[in-house]
Amino acid sequence: MIAVEPEIESDADGVTVGSSPAAVELHRKLGLTDQELAAITDRLGRAPNDLELAMFSVMWSEHCSYKSSRGLLRTLPTTGDDVLAGPGENAGVVRIGDGLAVAFKLESHNHPSAVEPFQGAATGVGGILRDVVAMGARPMALLDPLKFGWPDDEATRRLVRGVVRGVGSYGNCVGVPTVGGELLFDPSYTNNPLVNVMCVGLVAENGLAHAIATTPGYAAVLFGSPTGRDGIGGASVLASANFGAGSAEMRPSVQIGDPFAGKLLIEASLELVERGILEGLQDLGAAGLTCAASEMADRGGTGIRIDLDAVPRREDAMAPFEVMISESQERMLAVVAPEDVAAVQEVCRRWGLPSAVVGLVTDDGDVTVVQDGEEIARVPARALASQAIEMNRLASPPHRHRAAPAPGEPALAHDGLPERGMDPGSVLEALMGHANLGSREWVTTQYDQTVGTDTIEGCDKTAAVLRVKGTRKALVMATDSQPAVAAYDPALGAALAVAECTRNIAITGARPLGITNCLNFGDPGNPEAFWQLSESVRGMGEACRALGVPITGGNVSLYNESPLGRIAPTAQIGALGLLEDLDLLIRPQFRNEGDLVVLLGEAGAGMAGSAYERIAGAAPDDRPPSLDLAREASLQKLLQQAASEKLLNSAQDVSGGGLAVAIAECAIWGGLGADLTLAVAMAPAVTLFGESPTRVVLTIAPEHWNGLARLAAGVRIACRRLGTVGGDRLRIRLVGVGATGAAEERGAGVADEVDVPLSELRKAWTMALPRVLGQEGHA
Amino acid sequence: MKVGVVVFPGSNCDRDALHGARLAGAQAELLWHEDTDLHGADAVILPGGFAYGDYLRAGAIARFSPIMGAVRAHAARGGLLLGICNGFQVLTEAGLLPGALRRNTTLRFEHRWVRLSVERHDTPFTRGIPAGQTLRLPIAHGEGSYYLPDAELDDLEQSGQVIFRYGPPEGNPNGSVRDVAGVTDASGRVCGLMPHPERAAEALLGSDDGLLLLRSMVESAAQVEAVA
Amino acid sequence: MTRFCFSIAIMPREGILDPQGKAVEAALPQLGASTVHGVRIGRRIELTVDADDASTAREVVEKLAAEFLANPLVERWAIEEAQPLAGIAG
Repeated sequence: MIAVEPEIESDADGVTVGSSPAAVELHRKLGLTDQELAAITDRLGRAPNDLELAMFSVMWSEHCSYKSSRGLLRTLPTTGDDVLAGPGENAGVVRIGDGLAVAFKLESHNHPSAVEPFQGAATGVGGILRDVVAMGARPMALLDPLKFGWPDDEATRRLVRGVVRGVGSYGNCVGVPTVGGELLFDPSYTNNPLVNVMCVGLVAENGLAHAIATTPGYAAVLFGSPTGRDGIGGASVLASANFGAGSAEMRPSVQIGDPFAGKLLIEASLELVERGILEGLQDLGAAGLTCAASEMADRGGTGIRIDLDAVPRREDAMAPFEVMISESQERMLAVVAPEDVAAVQEVCRRWGLPSAVVGLVTDDGDVTVVQDGEEIARVPARALASQAIEMNRLASPPHRHRAAPAPGEPALAHDGLPERGMDPGSVLEALMGHANLGSREWVTTQYDQTVGTDTIEGCDKTAAVLRVKGTRKALVMATDSQPAVAAYDPALGAALAVAECTRNIAITGARPLGITNCLNFGDPGNPEAFWQLSESVRGMGEACRALGVPITGGNVSLYNESPLGRIAPTAQIGALGLLEDLDLLIRPQFRNEGDLVVLLGEAGAGMAGSAYERIAGAAPDDRPPSLDLAREASLQKLLQQAASEKLLNSAQDVSGGGLAVAIAECAIWGGLGADLTLAVAMAPAVTLFGESPTRVVLTIAPEHWNGLARLAAGVRIACRRLGTVGGDRLRIRLVGVGATGAAEERGAGVADEVDVPLSELRKAWTMALPRVLGQEGHA
Repeated sequence: MKVGVVVFPGSNCDRDALHGARLAGAQAELLWHEDTDLHGADAVILPGGFAYGDYLRAGAIARFSPIMGAVRAHAARGGLLLGICNGFQVLTEAGLLPGALRRNTTLRFEHRWVRLSVERHDTPFTRGIPAGQTLRLPIAHGEGSYYLPDAELDDLEQSGQVIFRYGPPEGNPNGSVRDVAGVTDASGRVCGLMPHPERAAEALLGSDDGLLLLRSMVESAAQVEAVA
Repeated sequence: MTRFCFSIAIMPREGILDPQGKAVEAALPQLGASTVHGVRIGRRIELTVDADDASTAREVVEKLAAEFLANPLVERWAIEEAQPLAGIAG
């Protein structure tokens, strides 16, 4: 491993500034720096030829090599008793008992989606499905966290429509339900949308597949769609460059997905794994055949010799480098004992998939490329894969950096409602009607959520719940991020996202088993952007350690910026949890008239980064809320304990929009209002709309109050009765110390109460997305 | 009594249909589209999914699969045949059921819960459904808008072949003419519907109304088997 | 102003994967049509333009095709003056 200091700046095309265009050498055209060329020459002991250079250019791209982030990722907690496969494999795998295990991972397809939204999103889904299948797991669920600029212009609306259709087209066609996700609008994503996709799959514990070639003499069988010129240079050109005016020239690189072929590929692959006739299995994604071959050989300590003429092609006259780096979709590479090759090809034929023996495992550690019987490239597999170059990047924080108040620090009292006479009920309606908080139905009705007959809870709640047939178990999965807070404090934002995501698992009564993540950041050559990435990794690691949940894998997407700006630092977290007994499942909606509404946890100061701040502004010196990880861990254990003792009728966590929004969601989902009283300790806005973490709204039968209060006292989590469920209005009375001019003038106590008909809240919530997308005809 | 579930390349609700048939009390088995016999199946289900990717037109390619010869013969003999979603599309393309399924008028894929009214209770698929009971089932399709020209639709209604209609409160999700959600052939022994009864066979998953339809089919086929 | 009728044939670009064409071609042997190959599937749009002359009308259609009707990233198109095909044999 060679660490290299980045030197001269490159422009958007990777061309070193200041050199004359005519003299630009091939390596620069391929996006490699002079230092990287020197490192390659050093590894080979000679200068690389053009084909070898092309192979290095894709394998050493940021997207494939993680050269800027590998050092940081090494600091993350990745081990655990139930972890069967961790980072570095195609997907993380955790044991769930009953002889079963779950493979899951989050991945990005940001840059391709900006160029061609439908195909970018579709092939993103296709890719993550293949990653899970490569572990031998049958995909059972998809989640799609998406981020766009504010959709008040046609270009962004087209992007949103295209991406949603793209996700739906692939997932629906292959028959894997899309059961969750996120949809966030923020100006920082205007030219850099984020399309991350998470896949969860089921596999027998002793039926795992691995991407490895260990036995010299074994055959490398390529199966799936024929190879064309899709995505040539995609890895290095699209994913490792910032967007400038050069977008138009990137057109030939677009990958087209074929979900029908994808479905056939899933079935054929799983059948092959089940029959036990594969030594190794790898899907072809970024950098195509070069990546699959080099990673499998590197992992097995072997080499692979590829015979280019044997690769089934879709196009004529393809150059060697095109065949080696093509990103044609729906292809897998299997390593097979010679005596099993015929059986493998028969399975592929049955499923209508071309297959061919394209290579041989060797013992020389090299990826060797042969054409017409002549060797045309030879590179040590590890130079391309695990020993790819690493970059030491500079990190430096911005001048102004707003940290959260320390836990327990007293809050400033000030009038939290920005205008005299502003009524909290109107603020609540505005929040419910905000595009980032309203109903996602416009999106989620385009996704098949129930195919597979396992979906107990799909989209539109906070966590998805799927049963595991043949057992009493259920899997709970969620995805969250906190980019608005991260913009102020990246470490806190990442930690909050981990806390929120695992809390979303815990409120169902399930136990979080593992975390996956997609780190979406700007240009790592920019010290501030790299600082954001490194802080986020630190915060994510701290939170996972404190909560005892390992990180089993993930993805990094850098260069998400344009001349107009950089995206907010976005650590997208995905969590998987296990509910041992379906009967103990807790749902978030209000269920019974007369149930007690209880709040667990304590509100803290800090409105910076909140949805409220977005619509009403905040004081200039305000800060994000703080996170006490030890308390978060206690809260999550308390929830699991209370669930197992059957004390809870519902549970919902407090997040976007704060307590009032959480309560309103429970009311809308349950079709039942509530009559509540809140003690205001700080400002009313903080109490109602603050997003300080580690809080949950529960409903319980009144007779369970003592039991719950005792459990909460035992772990020192605040536990307060707020009122009762019932009626068709949401009433929240505010009492206590606090100032708001208008209400005081009227003698109304602390502030005007919230008193809104449920039907009005539901209407605002339902129309939020359609209105902002100009789609009122399609609620 | 055995239910055979046909698997075309791209079918993806085959295992769901298997699961539903078993919940309804039948033995159930998958039938590969390249087979030319039904392995003794008493009733056959063409399941949902995207056979051949729905490329060209939904169901257009699948209807030429080798197994369709055996499926036709089974229907000609009076065997029970149920087409669900994509299966319904295959049956209309194959001419075993009247009409065509077109792109939803919303021009989007729609995943929603709908409520079906049952127009007749004397068919093998509906005789076990209590009078007045509506069926709450999910739909999940982009091309489910039923179409038949007016005059032929009048005839179809006259002969009692319209068996399910979309009803309140959710209403018609895809613009099907006269809210038609499912039809039978003249014999009443071949049925197609766009909603998914196999996804509504357990209360845990949201509804078990679909089980009423599947059980009717299974029990009707068992009676025939017993008599034969 | 005169009316000009156009048809626009939109096809996948050369080299771009055409999953539909591929699937249909693979199915043809089942129908006994094994001599047929090179299947590519696109779509056809018919429209009418009011303009003073044919070349102005065609300019309108060119612009519409490039900016809206087709996706230049993955498709190519051909415009010709043509009468609508309604009533074609079938």
